Amino acid sequence: MAEIDYKRIAVDGLWRNNQALVALLGLCPLMAVTNTLVNGLGLGLATTSVLLMSNVTISGIRHWVRAEVRLPVFVMIIASFVTAVELVMNAFFYDLYKILGIFIPLIVTNCTIIGRAEAFASRNPVGASAMDAIFMGLGSTMVLSILGGMRELIGQGTLFSGASLLFGHAASAIELSLGDNYQGLLLAILPPGAFIGLGFLIALKNIIDKRASKAAEKTPAAVPAEAAS
Amino acid sequence: MAEPAPRPWVSAVIAAAVLGIFAVIGASLVGLSYEGTAERIAQNEKQALLDQLNAILPSAEYDNQLLHDYFDLQARPELGAEQTRAYRARKAGAPVAVILSPVVAKGYNGGITLVVGIRADGSLAGVRALSQKETPGLGDKIDIQKSNWILGFNGKSLDNPSEDKWKVRRDGGDFDQFTGATITPRGVVAAVHKALVYYQANKDKLFNTESIYREPEHG
Repeated sequence: MAEIDYKRIAVDGLWRNNQALVALLGLCPLMAVTNTLVNGLGLGLATTSVLLMSNVTISGIRHWVRAEVRLPVFVMIIASFVTAVELVMNAFFYDLYKILGIFIPLIVTNCTIIGRAEAFASRNPVGASAMDAIFMGLGSTMVLSILGGMRELIGQGTLFSGASLLFGHAASAIELSLGDNYQGLLLAILPPGAFIGLGFLIALKNIIDKRASKAAEKTPAAVPAEAAS
Repeated sequence: MAEPAPRPWVSAVIAAAVLGIFAVIGASLVGLSYEGTAERIAQNEKQALLDQLNAILPSAEYDNQLLHDYFDLQARPELGAEQTRAYRARKAGAPVAVILSPVVAKGYNGGITLVVGIRADGSLAGVRALSQKETPGLGDKIDIQKSNWILGFNGKSLDNPSEDKWKVRRDGGDFDQFTGATITPRGVVAAVHKALVYYQANKDKLFNTESIYREPEHG
């Protein structure tokens, strides 16, 4: 591969092929842990770091692993990294680890990771695979955080609650609350809230895409917006 | 594979070898991370346990090693758990309090795991819910992070309130229920009461049974 289109990789990961909004992969943790922004962000970052390590490794060994055993090898690599990440989180982010609980080991079963390994890392050089992992991971993390933030705000009237679990004690300053009078909307915290919230996010993305394509049709000669900045 | 393999088993053996190599690499990675984090994780768990116990009984009230002075007892009918660990707090050798963990209460949605601290005089040092699956927004107010309800047990004992008032208000007792959830507080109140009765009957055993803590072998 002569030239790697990093911009394309970034746009794919963050928007066009967003793993949560478009590919609809990794929904089990997405539904389960996004009851607060910090939980969503924490799991998103854990997933991104596993994705980065597995993509880089799998890309690095892509010429040596025979096709017949590539999937077991990928799964083994991913499972090892997940276990390592789980241990590290247990050691250094103990409180967050306790909250995320079973969903850290379940990163193994997140289809995004094996999906990117198979679809991208096993066919592309290490640099591109690392970029792919970072942007695919950030795309998912973004959705997890937005969904977590939405559910937290509507469901219990706070934002960034538990931020100190992730960023240390100084971060408790950014924990916001709508005040004690807000009763909270239970539905948002319960699992259906996750489905409904995700549905709205997907709808929003589709609306934006439609607007953008209409705008592009009207002014076909216009310079693509991405040329700027 | 495109070109035919000279002998079919050759490619199978190579594949198995590749798989084997990665199994070894993967296992080493996990082993190394475990080695690197085990000590810190054990430290975290110990600290979390101590924090939990100190939330019930402030560390200023006792001077022994709380985490080193415990034994396990089986009292399922009274405490609801197959096995309950009793931590003993002492000051200058005299009994201060015993903390029972877990005490299991009947909830709306399965068992509620409680930690119950009882002072030597039979009053409650405090109660906390460790894990619960009660309905979010209703029964989960037993969680200290959701409401202060559980603090209402502090200082209560078998005589305060009297026996027939150890119930939620709806049943004619002294303890608040929450709007929309009676079963959860009812279960917790009943379990705490049972724990107090158990303490009263087994006070000597609770404080005098020898600790089963052993110093770890390696340094």
